[in-house]
Amino acid sequence: MSSATPAVVELQGCSKWFQRAGQRVLALNAVTAQVAQGRVTGLLGPDGAGKTTLMRLAASLFHPDQGEVQVLGLNSRTQGAQIQQLIGYMPQRFGLYEELTVQENLDLYAALQGLEPSRQRARQQELLALTALGPFGARRAGQLSGGMKQKLGLACALLRAPALLLLDEPTVGVDPISRRELWQIILGLRHQGLSVLVSTAYLDEAERCDDLLLLHQGQLLEHAPHPVLTAPLQGCCFLVTQPGLSRRLLQSRLRQRTGVLDATIQAEGVRVVCREPQALPQPPEQWMPIAPRFEDAFVVRLYQAQHSGAASEATPKATPKAIPSAVPSVSPPRPEPLTQPIQATGPTFSPEPVIEVHDLIRRFGEFVAVKGISFTVLRGQIFGLLGANGAGKTTTFNMLCGLLSPTAGTLRVAGEQLGRAAAQARRNIGYVAQKFSLYGHLSVLQNLAFFSALYGLRGAHKTARIQWALDEFELTPFALANSQDLPLGFKQRLALACALMHQPLILFLDEPTSGVDPLARRDFWKRINQLADSGVTVMITTHFMEEAEYCDQLVLMSLGEILAQGTPQSVRALAARPDQAQPSMEEAFITLIQQHESPLRRAS
Amino acid sequence: MITAQRLHALVRKEFLQILRDPSAIAIAFVLPVFLLFLFGYGVSLDAHHVPVAVVVEQPTQETNEFVAGLSQSTYFQIHPFTQLTAARAALMRHEVDGVLWLRSDFTRALLQQRTAPFGILVNGVDANTARLLEGYLQGVWQTWLQQRATRSGQILHLPATLENRIWFNPALRSRNYLVPGLIAVIMTLIGALLTALVVAREWERGTMEALMATPVSLLELLLGKLIPYFLLGMGGMALSVCMALWLFAVPLEGSLGLLILASALFLLVALGMGLLISTVARNQFVAGQIAIIVTFLPAFILSGFIFDIGSMPEPIQFMTHIVAARYFVALLQTLFLAGNVPEVILTNAAALLLMALIFFGLTWRQSRKRLD
Repeated sequence: MSSATPAVVELQGCSKWFQRAGQRVLALNAVTAQVAQGRVTGLLGPDGAGKTTLMRLAASLFHPDQGEVQVLGLNSRTQGAQIQQLIGYMPQRFGLYEELTVQENLDLYAALQGLEPSRQRARQQELLALTALGPFGARRAGQLSGGMKQKLGLACALLRAPALLLLDEPTVGVDPISRRELWQIILGLRHQGLSVLVSTAYLDEAERCDDLLLLHQGQLLEHAPHPVLTAPLQGCCFLVTQPGLSRRLLQSRLRQRTGVLDATIQAEGVRVVCREPQALPQPPEQWMPIAPRFEDAFVVRLYQAQHSGAASEATPKATPKAIPSAVPSVSPPRPEPLTQPIQATGPTFSPEPVIEVHDLIRRFGEFVAVKGISFTVLRGQIFGLLGANGAGKTTTFNMLCGLLSPTAGTLRVAGEQLGRAAAQARRNIGYVAQKFSLYGHLSVLQNLAFFSALYGLRGAHKTARIQWALDEFELTPFALANSQDLPLGFKQRLALACALMHQPLILFLDEPTSGVDPLARRDFWKRINQLADSGVTVMITTHFMEEAEYCDQLVLMSLGEILAQGTPQSVRALAARPDQAQPSMEEAFITLIQQHESPLRRAS
Repeated sequence: MITAQRLHALVRKEFLQILRDPSAIAIAFVLPVFLLFLFGYGVSLDAHHVPVAVVVEQPTQETNEFVAGLSQSTYFQIHPFTQLTAARAALMRHEVDGVLWLRSDFTRALLQQRTAPFGILVNGVDANTARLLEGYLQGVWQTWLQQRATRSGQILHLPATLENRIWFNPALRSRNYLVPGLIAVIMTLIGALLTALVVAREWERGTMEALMATPVSLLELLLGKLIPYFLLGMGGMALSVCMALWLFAVPLEGSLGLLILASALFLLVALGMGLLISTVARNQFVAGQIAIIVTFLPAFILSGFIFDIGSMPEPIQFMTHIVAARYFVALLQTLFLAGNVPEVILTNAAALLLMALIFFGLTWRQSRKRLD
């Protein structure tokens, strides 16, 4: 790490424990790290890695149980008040008063930070201009969109021009456009010499940081600038394509190959990370060398950590084991999920439509949340629903699940007209909500039993399905543990298992992967792919743009309308322009939405 | 430690939140009015128009006279019967709360000056009304005998006559002592419940974390909560006192100044309790539960506002000493109904002061400008 720049934050062997359910949990394990002056340092890691704990140590809101923290040369234990005179801190939910207007929030924080009243106006104007919140001064913070709240929170933290800015997951739950705007502001501040420590669970944001602190389960795995982390992987990363073979199939083949550490779907092919630099192998596969990115380094590091004992949340096997279903086929027309052998050349079922949506409209009073959308989902497809905050994704999703009735239009799910036979249609649906909706005080076994009973399973069939879930999702070691005590990745597996107990034809997933570590995410997608291959239709919403690539079909929504529809490739092609010939999914998303919304945004 | 700029900003923020958040307004102003109406009009511990069956087995001039006297009283509503069995059945059916039985030898016994020629049956299910009824009926009987004796120029010879003088609340209106006591309950609500809830809300929404990371001092944070809710509490108090004086016509015998001082003192205790709760409970649900169980319910039940402390079992009586509302109820009832009684006011005020100091001391010891 660059020794020329002095450190603004120095952690010396910091450990922090918490009391949870009568147990001492180690949140941060002997972390020694520095944040360099005038740079943007990213604090990366999945949920529960200890990011927030480290942030609060730096803000002197926690004292370490062991070790020392120096911030701007001051000891956090004894000089906390002085530290807080010098830093700007934005907590996870932005710390805004929802009943207060934008201007009143700014006034409050200006006074609390001791900004001289004479300078107050000018500084506020400056920040309102920076965040483009000027026109919304009189609006209450509670009525701002997620992205605007986040920018207001940032403005509040910046009022007194701090020497160090601490941002705790500023981009969580915020759409790609707002994320990009926020990063532009942060990088602009860096140019003015501000030191920034920003935590995030989005690995692609690592690319924008100067230095990276990589946390995993309370331990510091890496501490280096981005190029240093990815340098060992030079020559190990490839984009593999094979004409005539589906990307999913190619991915599962490549994943089993020795020497391949990681294989994910990307653009037209499969992104492969190898153990060591490879000579380009055999046709008909085409291997194209590409630059390594941060996520590759992280995943490799996690695999290494796993082999040296510190396990990740997910423990994927090198070869996916084919698990024979414990249940004899009870209802013959239903597909038997997760039994499909990998060698299959493609779907064996007929691609009949499973979800048909026609001119769907939903109003809430005056407000039209969904403005007459139409699309069709075929059996066995993975169908993605994308859009910025407030695009109408959740409303659409709820109507498809029968949780909300449409104002107008038709909606057929698994052949049933929703609304007329909602209960019947719901029998064919499995649903995994964003926060997993598990019963935290019930054990894994009790959760499984409860959800099976809810779907009317009983007797030997129920016992068999529970056994299947424990085996298939490798939950047996946790069978008696309360679901709230499980690591996030296992909670996600349990939620998926609960939604699959009744062998649904259609699976609805609402942002199922936010916050889980990359290995758990890969494990999750492997299962989803197997489900789709066995004929289950999967409908998914996600904030991770690279996950949109894993879908067979997707719909991009904005302000209640469908902007683009089709395969990921065709959606990306829509956004191609002379200056961006091959846009990434995120670039396509931003371009298409801005094209659509800019006249409306200007109008407001 | 304190800068005017920061404190002013915090207080202003709190007031803006109070004004814009309907739930705070509801607790501070709507709830007091609701409770005052409920207890002022709905709940009465007095007996009025109690249905009473009068069984006259053999009507004579004397019985007619007695019953006529009875029916003039506003306490009773007379249901005449001629058979005791029918009256008893009415009592069973809850049509009447009591039975007055004038036996067939009523007149004869009266003329011979023998004693107690009538019987009273009361329904003991409602013990309170039953006891009131018993007392009233005996009173009416005695009055009637006296009047009769005076009219006929005789002197009535009773072993001893009871002479009742009721001090401080001559009309014996239960409203007169319920309404002042209720003010203590209302102040507990505003002081403890509202404070505990709004601090918990700051924790829940993550604003407390943002506040703590600013240079604001702990004292400023605490004062920033104390000042607005102190003013709000005094506002609720003023509303309640106005309603007591002008709507429910409760007399104020003591001085207004002392009333304000006593209220301010009690409000500080309530705010102290609320702040102490908020250092423990960091979500609104838990804070609300704790506040209701440890402040509101004791203020209701153990303060002597409805239930007389003297008639509680000894251990419970002992427990009432740690219920701050007890001292305030005593202060309020004394100031409203009896006047400035120095001994009562001084001892109770001293108790409140001590409690305020204890709660603020504990809060100060418990609070840290940290999250762990």
